[in-house]
Amino acid sequence: MTNAFFINHHYSSMNYSQCMKRNQHIKKFTMFGDRFAFLPDKLKNEKMDALKLAGDQLESALLSLDEPAAEKIIRDAAKQTSPIKIAGELISSTLKRIGDTWEKGELSLSQVYMSGLICERIIDKVLPAQSASRKNQPKMAIAVLEDFHLLGKRIVYSSLRASGFGLTDLGGGLSIDDLVSIVKEEQIKILLISVLMLPSALHIKNLKSRLADDVKIVVGGAPFRFDENLWKEIGADYCGKDSAEAIEIVSKLMEENK
Amino acid sequence: MERVLTTLSHKEPDRVPLFLLLTMHGAKELGLGIKEYFSKAEHVFEGQKRMQKKFSNDCYYAFFHAAIEVEAFGAEVMYSNDGPPNSGLPVIKNIEDIKYLEAPKVGETKVLHKVLKAIELLKTEGKDNIPIIGVAMSPFSLPVMQLGFEKYFELMHFHKDLFDRLMKINEAFCVDWSNAQLAAGATAICYFDPVSSPTIVTKDLYRETGFRVAKSTIAKLNGPTATHFASGNCLQLADILPETGTAVVGVSTQEDIGKLKQAYQKKLTLLGNMNGVEMRTWSPIKAKTIVKELIRKAAPGGGFILSDNHGEIPFQVEDETLLSIADAVKEFGTYPIKKGF
Repeated sequence: MTNAFFINHHYSSMNYSQCMKRNQHIKKFTMFGDRFAFLPDKLKNEKMDALKLAGDQLESALLSLDEPAAEKIIRDAAKQTSPIKIAGELISSTLKRIGDTWEKGELSLSQVYMSGLICERIIDKVLPAQSASRKNQPKMAIAVLEDFHLLGKRIVYSSLRASGFGLTDLGGGLSIDDLVSIVKEEQIKILLISVLMLPSALHIKNLKSRLADDVKIVVGGAPFRFDENLWKEIGADYCGKDSAEAIEIVSKLMEENK
Repeated sequence: MERVLTTLSHKEPDRVPLFLLLTMHGAKELGLGIKEYFSKAEHVFEGQKRMQKKFSNDCYYAFFHAAIEVEAFGAEVMYSNDGPPNSGLPVIKNIEDIKYLEAPKVGETKVLHKVLKAIELLKTEGKDNIPIIGVAMSPFSLPVMQLGFEKYFELMHFHKDLFDRLMKINEAFCVDWSNAQLAAGATAICYFDPVSSPTIVTKDLYRETGFRVAKSTIAKLNGPTATHFASGNCLQLADILPETGTAVVGVSTQEDIGKLKQAYQKKLTLLGNMNGVEMRTWSPIKAKTIVKELIRKAAPGGGFILSDNHGEIPFQVEDETLLSIADAVKEFGTYPIKKGF
């Protein structure tokens, strides 16, 4: 038997206006304001309102695990603009907001994970993996160093892909030697590393010393959440506490590499 | 033992009990590699015995490593030279495999016997003066190692029948394994349940799953339990966690110990919440400052055991730091706790 019996009751039992009311308390995401800066005020406000509304609806659909509803919202929004813009604006901002809410302790990791997974599946339909829109990006990959604690990697991978970024999932259980040779062979320029165990985090220092200076290392995972100086100690270029921060960091790196 | 029992009854003992939950440090102490150390009961017994004396620890910690439980289910264990052993690839490859899964019987599972033997040796050594903490993964959290987190979320959200079946199998194993440790001489069981933390699942989902499973499992154990969220948050659960029948809660450093104390006051004893990851970088002065602050906030009235927030202190933490913690407990943890120090 397959059913969604564990759908979060808090959200599934909320009606639309309750969801909207709740969303007023969530940190407002401001990127839309800059996107429409060239438009007259009235039109700009209408566009922002439409995206904000779509974002609120998408968030409610994702937190209720309602994939068909989420797909409809994304497809409707994509009719107004290009899929890559929808990935970058609507999906990315919604996932970022969900990540931020988890960070505040108001959502659970299972909701963050399921939201990313649903968005990834939808965006793969509207923006296929081999889409030309994904190609103007430096080569990027994500891996779990030394063990098989794959969830953090999966959440970040899904969130980035759903946000329109192209990246390779290198999997888990990789040694430093494995990663050094893959990065060199594949000419990877941005390497995201997820770890759960402290020893794995400490071993990244060795990895960093063996990679070229132009390879940027972005780290994330539990040890970095419990010791905020650890990422600097091991020589990482950036540290993302969660998928929301990973999206921000990667967006910044992409801008720098344009 | 009396110090611990007094604090568990929410009264003030002679001083704050200190549970340094050390697993791999015994290997260092004996000059052994981690894999070799965990290969024999005698190593762990000797390691625990020496560390208890060295750090004036108020317990023996009979925990080998979490992966030993999935090893009992047939999984591979990956050893490291500087960290805890990990489980390898998940033993349940497909969710449908749960239909054919059976719980291993502790009596027939050789890999678990060394843990029971270590407990027996510690029991003989401690003569009921030093509590022995056994460990079991909760039936609700074990699937992370059995299936991997992703498949487990899928199971949890979309396959009710198989989820229920896995919980039954895991509960049978958890009860058998916990009671075997209690029969061997363990004083209490540390019931590791990180998936139940609101960090991982919502409180509503917990009510329907981890809570229900914990209540059913803990009722079948022949001894007390400490529920540990292994760094996960638990402040939100203060109103329902005591209903599971547990006596102690392992709390995270990411939640304020003062608020936790208030929320769990007279209901559960707090175990925590020193930051194990950061501990690696603590100076003796920093260790002293942190211990002092935790005692100030959480020790008055009893119901508090000083410990780390994860249930395992990293291998990288130096003995000097652990000694500073032990000294600080002696200096600041003597009851009655001085006000305004």
